[in-house]
Amino acid sequence: MADITSNFVGIKSPNPFWLASAPPTDKEYNVVRAFREGWGGVVWKTLGEDPPVVNVNGPRYGAIWGADRRVLGFNNIELITDRELQTNLREIKKVKKEWPDRAMVVSLMVPCEEENWKSILKLVEETDADGIELNFGCPHGMSERGMGSAVGQVPEYIEMVARWCKQNTRMPVIVKLTPNITDIRYPARAARRGGADAVSLINTINSITGVDLDNFAPQPTVDGKGTHGGYCGPAVKPIAMNMVAEIARDPETRGMPISGIGGITTWRDAAEFMALGAGNVQVCTAAMVYGFKIVREMIDGLSDWMDEKGHRTLDDVVARAVPNVTDWQYLNLNYIAKARIDQDLCIKCGRCHIACEDTSHQAITSMVDGVRHFEVIDAECVGCNLCVNVCPVENCITLEPLAVGELDKRTGRTVSPEYANWTTHPNNPAARIAAE
Amino acid sequence: MAEGQFRSGIAGARLPLERYTDNFADLHPALDQHEALVEADRCYFCYDAPCMQACPTEIDIPMFIRQIATGNPLGSARTIFDQNILGGMCARVCPTETLCEEVCVREIAEGKPVQIGRLQRYATDVAMRQDKQFYQRAAPTGRRIAVVGAGPAGLACAHRLAMHGHEVTILDAREKPGGLNEYGIAAYKTPGGFAQEEVDYITGIGGIAIENGKALGRDFTLADLTGRYDAVFLGMGLAGVNGLATEGEELSGVDNAVDFIAVLRQAEDLSQLPIGRRVVVIGGGMTAIDAAIQARLLGAEEVTICYRRGKEHMNASEWEQDLAASKGVVIRHWVRPLRIVEQGGKVAGVELEYTTLRDGRLAGTGESLWIDADQVFKAIGQSFDPLPLNGGGSSLELENGRIRVDAEGRTSSAMVWAGGDCTGSGEDLTVTAVAQGRDAAESIHRALTANGRA
Repeated sequence: MADITSNFVGIKSPNPFWLASAPPTDKEYNVVRAFREGWGGVVWKTLGEDPPVVNVNGPRYGAIWGADRRVLGFNNIELITDRELQTNLREIKKVKKEWPDRAMVVSLMVPCEEENWKSILKLVEETDADGIELNFGCPHGMSERGMGSAVGQVPEYIEMVARWCKQNTRMPVIVKLTPNITDIRYPARAARRGGADAVSLINTINSITGVDLDNFAPQPTVDGKGTHGGYCGPAVKPIAMNMVAEIARDPETRGMPISGIGGITTWRDAAEFMALGAGNVQVCTAAMVYGFKIVREMIDGLSDWMDEKGHRTLDDVVARAVPNVTDWQYLNLNYIAKARIDQDLCIKCGRCHIACEDTSHQAITSMVDGVRHFEVIDAECVGCNLCVNVCPVENCITLEPLAVGELDKRTGRTVSPEYANWTTHPNNPAARIAAE
Repeated sequence: MAEGQFRSGIAGARLPLERYTDNFADLHPALDQHEALVEADRCYFCYDAPCMQACPTEIDIPMFIRQIATGNPLGSARTIFDQNILGGMCARVCPTETLCEEVCVREIAEGKPVQIGRLQRYATDVAMRQDKQFYQRAAPTGRRIAVVGAGPAGLACAHRLAMHGHEVTILDAREKPGGLNEYGIAAYKTPGGFAQEEVDYITGIGGIAIENGKALGRDFTLADLTGRYDAVFLGMGLAGVNGLATEGEELSGVDNAVDFIAVLRQAEDLSQLPIGRRVVVIGGGMTAIDAAIQARLLGAEEVTICYRRGKEHMNASEWEQDLAASKGVVIRHWVRPLRIVEQGGKVAGVELEYTTLRDGRLAGTGESLWIDADQVFKAIGQSFDPLPLNGGGSSLELENGRIRVDAEGRTSSAMVWAGGDCTGSGEDLTVTAVAQGRDAAESIHRALTANGRA
């Protein structure tokens, strides 16, 4: 059986599934329930200095749904813990003592002064917590007070605070990054320069989940007004995975441990994040929607998949996809694929046809010999994959590569065995300059 | 003497009172908003959608479903009514399993079509509950048109004519308008007086007068109408009922299924409606199924449909046959009645003969079968009775015993159109009648106004 025990920057946990710093990890009661269900660790909801912050008294959350009210995207305007610091510290110490095999990481956010960080680090160390996570991501409320993403958006601040923390604690330091920036590599590099042991990402994305069209108020609406909240849940997973991969393959940050966060709902989501370089994963929205029990599916699913594929430990999986993430300019332009429609699986909905006909390359028939029939016209198909994506039947339309030597009916050329990319393409002005 | 279900002969009050309410409740309860959204989400919004092609009124089904999905049920209803002003009734009575839902790509993919009929009902219910009138009448044309029959064909024709600014008078032989919607469809498909609500909704556009109790051939002739109106549309349906030509057909307790259904639909108190303890229904169409199921629902202990051919030959859809079976109706195939036998002046049973196909022709095997019965319903089809139409002098050509019409609904007589079951081209479906009435109205409008311009 696969070994899914995790060692993330020296913090050990029975599995790589941690609960992210968020409402589910705000107090002992919730965290103990989570550990009972099997969660490998928690990042305790962000501690701040007393007096504690206050939250709005409703609503704190917004969502977007599928037709059957399945939550696809979620957002919140909740702040860091609104409980007194000592209460949290006491509970953290107690829970860590009772659950020594689980990872206990404490999220922190205090004003940008070394003394403030120093003093809270000392208090956290006394709890015997395994590590700290610096909340540089929170995009609402705290950022307006010069904390959270207000720090995370300035690489120099990240570096500075990370360095203070490393100098003032024995605990591993994880820097949580905000996605509300233009290039995620800059804050990640800053964290590394500051000596951080790892980064975790993504925090939530600035968002408005909807607008009440009766009173023209953004949602969630508090007494007729709304503000941007942090977006998360399945909808943000592709954005998060790209950011994880960017850091994993950046020469300046390559090899730095990453804790992957962003819409992870199933074991498969977790495996994908890990393949792109995450050493472990953190979950929040899925737990908030379905409860803590989902971790059992994640544990079994990951373990069963690893057994099936012969992966023995998490190290066999982590970062395995990173070498295959590249820049567009290095993609092989001599790779030619054509869509193929499996006529036995086709239910004749015609969506491939109308998508291709209206918006793409007019490469799918709708009628052949007077009969409703959908078939790819190779002489027009550019292999764009649109039909594959819109087809409601899985595996009915597939994109099949042409073999070397085969004729591409669209261009009239045979498929070359050579790898050729944009950097050497005759249409590339930069390539011409290089050749001259 | 045995009471209730076990009382012999033809009697009412076979069931406890509350059972009647349950038995005749809505066959398909309305979808609530969430159910409608979930079901609408199943639609793939097909290109050149097969469902739309299968609909005789060519409703843009993917569009109306998408409008439901996006929270615009009124827009959805308008999409439906644009093509079919009786979209509410069709949503309830269409055999969707042989029309739109049969060709739904989800039926092909997973044997579970999008529930188009129920979605159509959801949208039309929203609009009709608000009495939302989507159509305004064009400027008055001064033209007057007579419509014979206030059934689906006549109502659809009248509405479209009124929309174009014409004045319409509908003459109907029965006490209430609605035709088969009011008198002919199984009660559990259209409960709660929906047929009359729909008539009111349709005539709400204005310019449509309905005169009930006016029968063609009795109270007026076709010549009267052609003399007094600018055009005439005939949509009076089928008045004749096919006979069995079987010994005992005249006995008390032998009734036409259509008459039984009409009485049932008009009954104030279903518990007082008499029904046999053992009922035999002869026939294989929708009327046979509707009569048989409702006989069971009224408390008949045994109900048997006897059909002279096989299951695959029945006009009733497989879904309807399964529905009957689920209500405890027994369907016997390959039997035909030889004679209906009486005892003490009352029906006692039916003697039938087994049938088979010999050289492609139906033939008796010579072997017979006896089924006990207190009541027998004849449901072997209806026919067009030309006498009221052609008895008055002018004569319309017939085809296969019904009024001959061209693709636009024009009869052999100038300025006379026809549609619905009284014409030869129909499939005797409500939705087909609606399409024909609507299309005839457009044809009339073109004829009365230079290519549609008043």
